[in-house]
Amino acid sequence: MSTVSQSPDRSKSGLTPTGPDLAAPQPPEVRAGPATLLRRLARGRNLLGVAPFTAFVVVFLAIPTLVVAIGAFTSDTNGFTLSNISALTSGYIVDAFVRSIVLSAASAVIGAVLGALLAYALATAKPGGILRRLVTAASGVLAQFGGVMLAFAFLATIGLSGFVTLFLRDNFGIDIFAGSVWLFELPGLIVVYTYFQIPLMVIVFLPALDGVRPQWREATMNLGGSTWQYWRMVAGPVLFPSFIGATLLLFANAFSAYATAAALVSQGSPIVPLQIRGALTSEVILGQANLGKAMALGMIAVVAVVMSLYALLQRRAAKWLG
Amino acid sequence: MAGLIRRHKRRQAVFRWVVVTVLGVFFLLPLYAMVEFTTRGPGNTRTGDTWRQLIDWDQLSQKYPDLAQGIANSFGLALLTTALMLVLLVPTVIWVRLRLPRLRRVLEFVCLLPLTIPAIVLVEGLAPVYAWVVYFIGGSSLTLTFAYTVLVLPYAYRSLDVGLSAIDVRTLAEAARSLGASWFTVIWRVVLPNLRFAVLSAAFLTVALVFGEFTIASLLNRNNLQVAIELLGKSSAQMSVAVSLASLILAFVLLFLISFVGRSRRTSREKT
Repeated sequence: MSTVSQSPDRSKSGLTPTGPDLAAPQPPEVRAGPATLLRRLARGRNLLGVAPFTAFVVVFLAIPTLVVAIGAFTSDTNGFTLSNISALTSGYIVDAFVRSIVLSAASAVIGAVLGALLAYALATAKPGGILRRLVTAASGVLAQFGGVMLAFAFLATIGLSGFVTLFLRDNFGIDIFAGSVWLFELPGLIVVYTYFQIPLMVIVFLPALDGVRPQWREATMNLGGSTWQYWRMVAGPVLFPSFIGATLLLFANAFSAYATAAALVSQGSPIVPLQIRGALTSEVILGQANLGKAMALGMIAVVAVVMSLYALLQRRAAKWLG
Repeated sequence: MAGLIRRHKRRQAVFRWVVVTVLGVFFLLPLYAMVEFTTRGPGNTRTGDTWRQLIDWDQLSQKYPDLAQGIANSFGLALLTTALMLVLLVPTVIWVRLRLPRLRRVLEFVCLLPLTIPAIVLVEGLAPVYAWVVYFIGGSSLTLTFAYTVLVLPYAYRSLDVGLSAIDVRTLAEAARSLGASWFTVIWRVVLPNLRFAVLSAAFLTVALVFGEFTIASLLNRNNLQVAIELLGKSSAQMSVAVSLASLILAFVLLFLISFVGRSRRTSREKT
């Protein structure tokens, strides 16, 4: 008796139901206990269907994220501390973050501009044409698959005994590394990153360009508008949110990239991902065992801000190009 | 008007070829340099030795055991990760669509989360989790499949979501249910066959990601294709560049061919 009378009471107080039950439609609440119970059983069975996935995500996504987040605030003696976070303001880490941001911003802007030009060139080509297919396939490979292999591609090109380096030296007497070996520093990283940023821009921006209707241009022409006016007053404003959004995506992509830089730079740690590598692989400095996790948290913060801006712009862009 | 449009088209064509040529040089130069670099012989001669070695699997696995092992691991990982992704994600996505529509936003959020967590960050958190994995399953490189399944979630989810949005799942499911089908039958024999291209594209993205992954494998001290290439770069520069070029070209040919498959599917669907 007591169990039956309790169950509707409990559901009315709204304390025990978890998640979906809370938002249940009101009227059925007044019905008798067994029906609610049955429905809840059915709902429990429904939730059971997502149990394996949930378990997997908890173990391999939620726990690692929590390990980083909690570790960032944990001292060597497992107590709470803010020293890891405050250590982020020390000179070399700030430098690494600044360099990472400069690298990501520079390669994102260069990649976005050149990539947009290439995407536009493709958008004006025949839709099923061979040119478009070749470039999209190549973009897919270079943007997603590159990593270590791109580092080696550039070592073979402008490395110390690379093709271009030797060619310029032997034929024109130009030593491209006269000042310093910049390939392994920030300028070199920007060049190599551009090599996968341009293709990513093509992949991300091409759908937006395909959304631009030829009728808009015809309408502009009918009204006596020039090409400049069309770009400034019609296509420009429509494409602008997509362009900025794509640039942000490129920024996040470069900021979280690791493989290329790791394969290229073996000495020193100019950027944050390489600092984290240092923290992971080398002997930890006393009192800074969790410094790497604090840096990792810093990276998440930067990427999260950039990606939410991206999501916001994406929604804005969908208004016209959807 | 017609003249105006023609002039405009011509200008676009000129612009197109200028852009494609200039950027083409930038993109093809490193690839050409790789060919040049890998065919350098002693004293300004050309030789195909590196490439001959690369094709000969027996010789390769004898001379570069790490590379052969890495390639084998990457194949195994691609297979396992695809399987795990399909088993975990496909039923969940369909189930949420059909029975738990309110959880759809949550599922989307969870699946897209790995996009905001760089792999290098994930490694930091995965290290203790993998201590347990080693304890329970062992330290084989193939255990990376768990981490890779997480990495592939955003891409796989997106292609499955697009596929599901294109069909009327609810009506299909209701029709099947009213004919007495069990939920398993609904998912396995009614919804899934309609999703086969979305599933294929999710699987393809998974394979591509697994073959290109370096960060997690390297920092968890496991071996795969990319780790092996990087390691090789320290001892045999020519071989590492040759393997890099070969995998880039293979991936390109594969993607190029797939673009035709996707195309013919779309046209055939439009006809029906």
